Amino acid sequence: MSFFLEVLIGGLLSGVMYSLVALGFVLIYKASGVLNFAQGGMVFFAALTYVGLLEFDLSPWLAIPITLVVMVILGLLTERIVLRPLVNQPQITLFMATIGLAFFVEGLAQMMWGANVRALDLGLQDEPIAWVSDHLNMMISKFDLTAAGVAALLVTGLALFFSRTRIGRALRAVADDHQAALAVGIPLQQIWGIVWGVAGFLALVAGLLWGARNGVQFALTFVALKALPVLILGGFESVPGAIVGGLIIGATEKLAEVYFGPLVGGGIEGWFPYMLALVFLLVRPEGIFGEKIIRRI
Amino acid sequence: MKTMKSALLGLTMLGVAATATAQGEQFIPLLSYRVGPYAAGGSGYFGGAIDYFNLINATGGVNGVKIIYEECETEYNTSRGVECYERLKTKHGGASTIDPLSTGIAYALLDRVAQDGIPMTTFGYGRADSADGRVFKWVFPVGTTYWSQAAAMIAYLGQKVGGVDKLKGKKIVHLYHDSAFGKEPIPVLEALAAKHGFELIKIAVAHPGNTQESQWLQIRQARPDYVILWGWGVMNPTALKAAAKIGFPRDKVIGVWWAGSEEDVIPAGDAAKGYITAAFSAPGTGFPVMQDIKNKLYASGKGNLDDPSRLGSIYHTRGVSYGVIIVEAIRKAQEKFGKGKVMTPEQVRWGLENLNLTEARIKELGVGGMFPPIKTSCLDHEGSGMVRFQQWDGNGFKALTPFMSGDKEMVRKMVDAGAAKYAAEKKITPRDCAKEG
Repeated sequence: MSFFLEVLIGGLLSGVMYSLVALGFVLIYKASGVLNFAQGGMVFFAALTYVGLLEFDLSPWLAIPITLVVMVILGLLTERIVLRPLVNQPQITLFMATIGLAFFVEGLAQMMWGANVRALDLGLQDEPIAWVSDHLNMMISKFDLTAAGVAALLVTGLALFFSRTRIGRALRAVADDHQAALAVGIPLQQIWGIVWGVAGFLALVAGLLWGARNGVQFALTFVALKALPVLILGGFESVPGAIVGGLIIGATEKLAEVYFGPLVGGGIEGWFPYMLALVFLLVRPEGIFGEKIIRRI
Repeated sequence: MKTMKSALLGLTMLGVAATATAQGEQFIPLLSYRVGPYAAGGSGYFGGAIDYFNLINATGGVNGVKIIYEECETEYNTSRGVECYERLKTKHGGASTIDPLSTGIAYALLDRVAQDGIPMTTFGYGRADSADGRVFKWVFPVGTTYWSQAAAMIAYLGQKVGGVDKLKGKKIVHLYHDSAFGKEPIPVLEALAAKHGFELIKIAVAHPGNTQESQWLQIRQARPDYVILWGWGVMNPTALKAAAKIGFPRDKVIGVWWAGSEEDVIPAGDAAKGYITAAFSAPGTGFPVMQDIKNKLYASGKGNLDDPSRLGSIYHTRGVSYGVIIVEAIRKAQEKFGKGKVMTPEQVRWGLENLNLTEARIKELGVGGMFPPIKTSCLDHEGSGMVRFQQWDGNGFKALTPFMSGDKEMVRKMVDAGAAKYAAEKKITPRDCAKEG
């Protein structure tokens, strides 16, 4: 039982890490109704920019705000150059534009800072908490708990932002209908600029935590792939859904790998979350917290 | 910014290379990867090879014949690798030899190189049974193969416990990248487990391997004596961090050589201290050739690495070693077919098949101790099979053993069986080595 709990808790904590990336997707989707395929690239870009700045002997306290400014500029440029000309175009057009953006951002990051693998030390030890391992014989990492705390803060902040602020409500209006939002005087460009800026901030947080865990390297772009089933489960436009979806995906993929994996040769973590998401799509296509789609026929 | 500068420099050098071609020089296409998930390995390896070729050119070429090269970016992607091969194979008078540094691309090119008559080296990767030159005339897993490495790992673990007979009853986990690369050593490990009586537990990690909590919890539950880490890219630092998280001693984790570079351990920080890996080339800047590269190329801004601090790193010296072997093969071919002449691919193939890099010759070339002696033949395209073990101390890799080999006899039997099966499938008549000159 103790082992089962350990796998479960480890999975839940991993799921929180997926949620951190999924939040960036949710934010853009809420504001523009488009799945930002470039979110993984933005995570990589942010982490690489941060460690690149550290190599110039900047202190972390200076490197973080500079990286944030860079990410906001990147977001604003994306809005100005890529999205603004595509207002009122079909969503698939916007989605395709973000695919192009993903390749561009990944290439730009490596061109600016090189492709070397870098270490990133946030001062958080990725080691088991001694008391838990001594008393409960379970290995729970301090790093994972900290990441969970950061995710909880972000979710609370974003939930309040969307529900309690004028900008948040405007964001929801924009997501529902670009043209209608423009008609009632909502400044679409300004809203998108803010959203892409905040998405850049989320990418920075996710990049720092994932970079500290795995090193800052191109593989950071792959973490976005784990966010997709999270979004399908939680709902593309739900901030709490990103967290709940992450927890479900994290827990089930670890349990499946440990208890079911050995029966089929292992290595099922890569596809299991997608299979789960596929099954879930058949039952509830809008996700757990997604808005139910009702269409007049 | 540095990368942009080096890209411009590269284009300039390519221009020089193209001019040189007109004068009839030895062309070596480089199917490199400098962007993407495995860029660190590609940039270090091909940077090392280019540095060595440039050093050779700066000191008069191979008996006066200059080496020219052209890179094509594969991003470690098999289809792109094949495309690059097709694009470059006839350029600059034709490719002398290729080395794609990717098991996937190497597999995809097996038939093509045989058809085109271009020798392909797979330096420490690729298909292990291609060591049988009777069947794989155009393929050279020169130095060592995954099978030889797996056997050497078990021999090393045997040494650690006081003899291979003491491995009986031990538990060894094979934690592997769930791909052809990760599965390649399994037949050898299984055969050795049966022979020596240890339990082999196989645990797969799905690509890319950036989360491994469940695998390491399984390892914790299994309580193995050792873990063989057969990883690539982000899987390696993630594994070391996950090992630290469950308190598994890092000096009981033995990595494959593609998990044994600075790029694999530095991101893991303190979690990598004590970690042991196999290696088929030694790092360092103390070798005379490395000093020449430093003083003649990097001192004048002509080095290929963007970051000069990587000079002498594992990947860089591995690339230099590759360069030394290729140049030596060309030199060997010239001895037979004409000094100072440009060699045809068939003649370079002959050179690769008749390498005799003794310890004395390796020292004479300024790379004494960088890689083990290599003597190839029609029968044996591997020519060595030796591996050394090294340990990361937090600052650098320290050698634990000299170059050593495992159960060569058993591995050779498996090579023969694998090659014979391939020959039957492809309807290849194996060459009679007694008739080869």
